[in-house]
Amino acid sequence: MNASLVKRTLAAVAAVGALATGMGAAQAEDVKVGFVYVGPIGDHGWSYRHDIGRQAIEAELGDAASTSYVESVPEGADAERVIRQMAQTGHNLIFTTSFGYMNPTEKVAKQFPNVKFEHATGYKRADNLSTYAARFYEGRYVAGVIAGKMTKSNVVGYVGSFPIPEVVRGINSFMMGAWSVNPDVEVKVVWANTWYDPGKEGDAAKALIDQGADIMVQHTDSPAPLQVAENRGVLGFGQASDMIKFAPKAQLTAIVDNWDSYYVARAKAVADGTWESMDTWGGIDTGMVEMAPYTNMPDDVKALAEETAAKIASGEFHPFTGPIYDQAGELRVAEGEVADDGMLLGMDWYIQGIDAELPK
Amino acid sequence: MVRLEPRRQHSQAMVYLSPVLAILMTLVVGGIIFAFLGKNPFDALYTFFILPINNSYGISELLVKATPLVIIAVGLAMGFRANVWNIGAEGQLTMGAIFGGGLALYFHDSESILLMPAMFVLGALGGAFWGAIPALLRTRFNANEILTSLMLTYVATLFLSFLVHGPWRNPEGFNFPESRPFPDAGLLPIIYDGTRVHLGTAVAVFVVIAGWLLLSKSVIGFQLRVVGKAPQAARHVGFRQKRMVWFTLLLGGALAGLAGLFEVAGPIGQLQPSISPGYGFTAIIVAFLGRLHPVGILFGGLIMALTYLGGELAQITLGLPNAVTGLFQGILLFFLLACDVLTKYRIRFGSIAAKGRTA
Repeated sequence: MNASLVKRTLAAVAAVGALATGMGAAQAEDVKVGFVYVGPIGDHGWSYRHDIGRQAIEAELGDAASTSYVESVPEGADAERVIRQMAQTGHNLIFTTSFGYMNPTEKVAKQFPNVKFEHATGYKRADNLSTYAARFYEGRYVAGVIAGKMTKSNVVGYVGSFPIPEVVRGINSFMMGAWSVNPDVEVKVVWANTWYDPGKEGDAAKALIDQGADIMVQHTDSPAPLQVAENRGVLGFGQASDMIKFAPKAQLTAIVDNWDSYYVARAKAVADGTWESMDTWGGIDTGMVEMAPYTNMPDDVKALAEETAAKIASGEFHPFTGPIYDQAGELRVAEGEVADDGMLLGMDWYIQGIDAELPK
Repeated sequence: MVRLEPRRQHSQAMVYLSPVLAILMTLVVGGIIFAFLGKNPFDALYTFFILPINNSYGISELLVKATPLVIIAVGLAMGFRANVWNIGAEGQLTMGAIFGGGLALYFHDSESILLMPAMFVLGALGGAFWGAIPALLRTRFNANEILTSLMLTYVATLFLSFLVHGPWRNPEGFNFPESRPFPDAGLLPIIYDGTRVHLGTAVAVFVVIAGWLLLSKSVIGFQLRVVGKAPQAARHVGFRQKRMVWFTLLLGGALAGLAGLFEVAGPIGQLQPSISPGYGFTAIIVAFLGRLHPVGILFGGLIMALTYLGGELAQITLGLPNAVTGLFQGILLFFLLACDVLTKYRIRFGSIAAKGRTA
């Protein structure tokens, strides 16, 4: 700690002398990893899990790597500056962890060809810009199976963030899981139009429970909907991280984002000089999607959930196996076939049976 | 018992010195906080206030960040001087971005050089339109413009959200909530190559000068000051307060709308659900930091912009939390208000009974 302080002070003094020196003098062989977060690291969801991944890099690579982050970076004009500041301050691997950072990441990546960039959940790539995401829909199918078994009112409340393919895909997958064990389940969706706003998310959950929902599912990042479920005595699922401490009586399981091994591997690749631009979409099999311990459910449901997750992980079963019809009755995936990744990534339609309309 | 007693005469110099004093005290307290966080205070203050602007790129980013703050704050200051409390600049900014940006989306194949001037006009009109509603409600129904302008902010941001989720969503954008990118003709020209400093920054300088002339040299500027400081005298000599309400809300709205247009046609380049990290609200602090004077606002805007840049660098290089930015802005405002109070009042110790003797 002290040594780095001295180093920084010296660097600062040097910078006063020669105004343009800046902070760009990091050693080339060390990996300096930067993270840009959309929420606070204390959101206990999305950004929190990315930060756990950042800490994994520090733990695994030790002195060979240093990391830094900027939290709550708005997805507007500011993102580009933050990303560029990271590139300028000697970071050689930069993770931008929200969809809204796609265009600024691409822009800065062009200007810093020697810096490696990784953008989560987007679709623009370059020689020094990788993309990565996780197949959360696999976990959502498992959650759907559990919900189908556990619901008594046959109404599931779903707090959505934005009607983007990622979220729509999750709803479809969840409902196919639910219908595989209980064809009478119906889903009610409220769009919170935010990734992180505990107040709004909680209000949405209350409204859904008032409409008869006895299972709460969320695709927003705070534990608020699950906490509402806990207080109102209904069940629910954690989002992004194991939220059992917020809802010990309500959480059935949680779909946990686990970026640790991916982040460590990518940081090591930069250290070895083997980093290549690629697109990663990891599922339960790679450990990127994890199911938190199954709680508050009978043993047979737990066994069924474990079995479903294992089948998905082994590739024996794909949640989007045909026949799949959309709401208009059009056959989207033929019997016995599996939706390809292109279809999944651009999914902007509900499957047949969902009694709601996508906001257009 | 501690009381505040108005000073009969307060130092004119202190009115302008108090922001400087507030900044100095913020630095001292900030340093102490950094020390408590286990950082070398000088190192931390250097990172926060010098490092962001120790190269030309940093200065260019400071200008980009200060541009909307200065433009909005000059408009707000006109109103604040006339006791018209427009708190809804954020909404007016959003409407300006919608109106001006909407034009760029409608003509997304255009290469016309007329597109940009037309976007300027529509951006200002959009903001002025959103400012006109509280003006109408105030002059017609005597509705408090603090409430109406603030609430209209939420209407504007939800309207933008609706547009980019629905009718204005990019048809090639995989259903993500964002508009098409603006055509090149709808993007503000960069005035320094290799930076993000755009035409809007030049406009901000113009706005400062024009605002200064308006306040100090024009009849309406004189009326603004009289209406604010001595409303009864103003009424006596026939200055119409309603006209001031209309003028300041339309002007403040137009400038905020222009600032919003500059954000979407400048650094962002498209419409998306969130286009401003609260510039319309931060500009209120900037207006007071600059003593409601356009030239002061220029400096206030730069200082406020610096706290954002410094907060980012403090996170990157020192590992300090994002909350440090808000903390600094809060401390700065606190000391500014405290200095103002102590300029106008003196503190008296003693019981109420002692009042007769001290007064």
